Amino acid sequence: MTKNGVLEGTHPIASFYQHQGKYRGIFAWILSTDHKRIGLLYFSLILLFFSVAVFFGFLMRLKLIAPGFNLMKPQMYNSIFTLHGIIMIFLVVIPAIPTIFGNFFLPIQIGARDVAFPRINLLSWWLYISGATIVFLSLFTGGGPIDTGWTFYAPYSLRTTVNVPLAVFGVFVLGMSSILTGVNLVTTTHRLRAPGMTWFRLPLFVWGIYATAWVQILATPVIGITLVLIMIERYFGVGVFDPAKGGDPILYQHLFWIYSHPAVYIIILPAMGVISEVIPVFARKRIFGYKAIAFSSIAIASVGSLVWGHHMFVSGQSDLANLIFSLLTFLVAVPSAVKVFNWVATLYKGSIELKPPLLFALTFIFLFSIGGLTGLIQGALAVNMHLHDTYWVVGHFHYIIFGGMGFGFLAAIHYWFPKMFGKMYNWKRAAWGWLILFIGFNVLYFPMLILGWEGMPRRYYDYPPQFHTLHLISTIGSWILIAGLILIFYNLFQALRKGPRAEDNPWGGATLEWQIPSPPPTENFENIPTVEKGPYEFQ
Amino acid sequence: METHQDYTGSKIGMWLFLLSEILLFGGLFLLYSSYRYKNPLDFHLAAWELNRVLGTINTLILITSSLFMALSIFSIQKGNRKLSILFLLGTIFLGLLFLSVKYVEWTAKIEHGLYPNSPRLLGRSKGEVLFFGLYYSMTGLHGLHVLVGISILSVMLVLMIKGKINQNRFVPLENSGLYWHLVDIIWIFLFPLFYLIT
Repeated sequence: MTKNGVLEGTHPIASFYQHQGKYRGIFAWILSTDHKRIGLLYFSLILLFFSVAVFFGFLMRLKLIAPGFNLMKPQMYNSIFTLHGIIMIFLVVIPAIPTIFGNFFLPIQIGARDVAFPRINLLSWWLYISGATIVFLSLFTGGGPIDTGWTFYAPYSLRTTVNVPLAVFGVFVLGMSSILTGVNLVTTTHRLRAPGMTWFRLPLFVWGIYATAWVQILATPVIGITLVLIMIERYFGVGVFDPAKGGDPILYQHLFWIYSHPAVYIIILPAMGVISEVIPVFARKRIFGYKAIAFSSIAIASVGSLVWGHHMFVSGQSDLANLIFSLLTFLVAVPSAVKVFNWVATLYKGSIELKPPLLFALTFIFLFSIGGLTGLIQGALAVNMHLHDTYWVVGHFHYIIFGGMGFGFLAAIHYWFPKMFGKMYNWKRAAWGWLILFIGFNVLYFPMLILGWEGMPRRYYDYPPQFHTLHLISTIGSWILIAGLILIFYNLFQALRKGPRAEDNPWGGATLEWQIPSPPPTENFENIPTVEKGPYEFQ
Repeated sequence: METHQDYTGSKIGMWLFLLSEILLFGGLFLLYSSYRYKNPLDFHLAAWELNRVLGTINTLILITSSLFMALSIFSIQKGNRKLSILFLLGTIFLGLLFLSVKYVEWTAKIEHGLYPNSPRLLGRSKGEVLFFGLYYSMTGLHGLHVLVGISILSVMLVLMIKGKINQNRFVPLENSGLYWHLVDIIWIFLFPLFYLIT
């Protein structure tokens, strides 16, 4: 029985898990070009790296529980905060949503059987695991684990004796993976939309991923060349970033942030896409301001590419540059706010069903707003002098990255889990996990904002006693947060093992992925569907 | 899985990739312009020391190779496989010739003691150190791209001999050609920046 060419899940259909390809066992996964399998490959690795990086974060917080507490040597501490940053940024939060959910759901949401270049998609995954392996190898070879901070600032990264070249080479390879994923997803969105799937019928998740993919293509090469130059500097000493030879370390900072600021939008835009999916489904209401949300994604991607200098207000760049970058920073807040207002307006007078995905989505709005507004405070030039390189900044970007992207990611997992695995998790336990995580998150990161305001510098190994109370609270928060994470993932693993079978459309979503069986069959659709309505038109 | 051929899709993908290559070199051009602006006189003096004759020869070689590349694609579209293979061989040969000239050029510089971190170079002004630092980085990275291009074209040659690239299926050759032209165009910018503007 079909409707619009979409199979209705009345008779059992072999899912992509049962597909018999050319290869068996693990090779059926690591050599598969099926976008769904590749998405799950990323999923498993990213969860692994996430737990490693959380562990490093836990160690850092433990070290800072009291002044003078001697858990590890300063050099070890430097390596741990560096690795926490590198793994979280380059291996977890940048790739997570585009590679897992972008891969898995973008083709289905636009009515396609796969991405435009399935083999290049697999190559991306291989580059990803190679880059990750190289980064981990660098810890045990050369001069040992890198200690530069995730920013690799010159000239320190040129001088330190630890294994910088291998680590940055690993990140370079990860960049290639990211570029190819971007190329794939942009081309897929342009070429493989089903008949009737016009640009303004695209689910907003697709818009978010599409805008992100452009940033991946345009910004990543710049950090690529920057990292190559670090390697060239270390091996040949050409001097382009070395002040002793006439080079300018501020230029290094420019090149680094030309990528690494847009990377923030690579991180947050897909999460915003997820939120734009979840909110209308659980408010049972067409999204408010579809076009405004779609275009604000593009606006964030473009304006966000021009604000990198706000990381360098105290670096000695010119006052004029500071002024312009500060102004642009304020401007980029506008499209972000447009999204927040549209989500809230969508909730207004909706028939809200407070299920786990919505809990995470609502928390996203709250935490992201704190992260965004604190960002504006430090984006003001005069205030930045006081706040630069303090715990305030650490608090701010964790509110954006964990509070925003992290909660968006968890919303995505809880929203799409039944579709991906065909199993349903325990809602009550998920809600408890959410609550504990939410409390732990704020206990962990809010004190950081106060600490920074009071003058506690970031990345310091130790601190004077007057900061003790807030550091202690923050460390306790890290334990609560980890407890929440454990409960959330325990719940999901239990669901995988013995959860009840999920329906094809447990949330009543109107986008295409909910119109096919859970889990989806190998080629998603028996016949390519013809799309006749928008993504948020609920019956 | 059904295989599908999407000509436009392949082209979009390739152009996006080339865009990322341009931005990769863009970072270097940014460094070049910034340092040139800061050290105009040093850059002027250092540029005199590069061999303009060899640079010009290499420019001619690369432009001719791009012509051969285009002719190779044109021939395969017209169904003339032999001619296409011949032009492709010519392209690869000119690519190798380019690298050989580059080798001679670099060797001469290195024999004069002008290489990164050399005592002789470090004895000079900072602008000249930067000029040669950028010269080696940018032409080196470009040379690496030529090498990658040659490898890709060699794979294309094998595919062509096996008949897997033919009158009906020539997208891979076309896309490799695009890559080759990009490498060529980057040189078109490198040549005046290092050899001609003094």
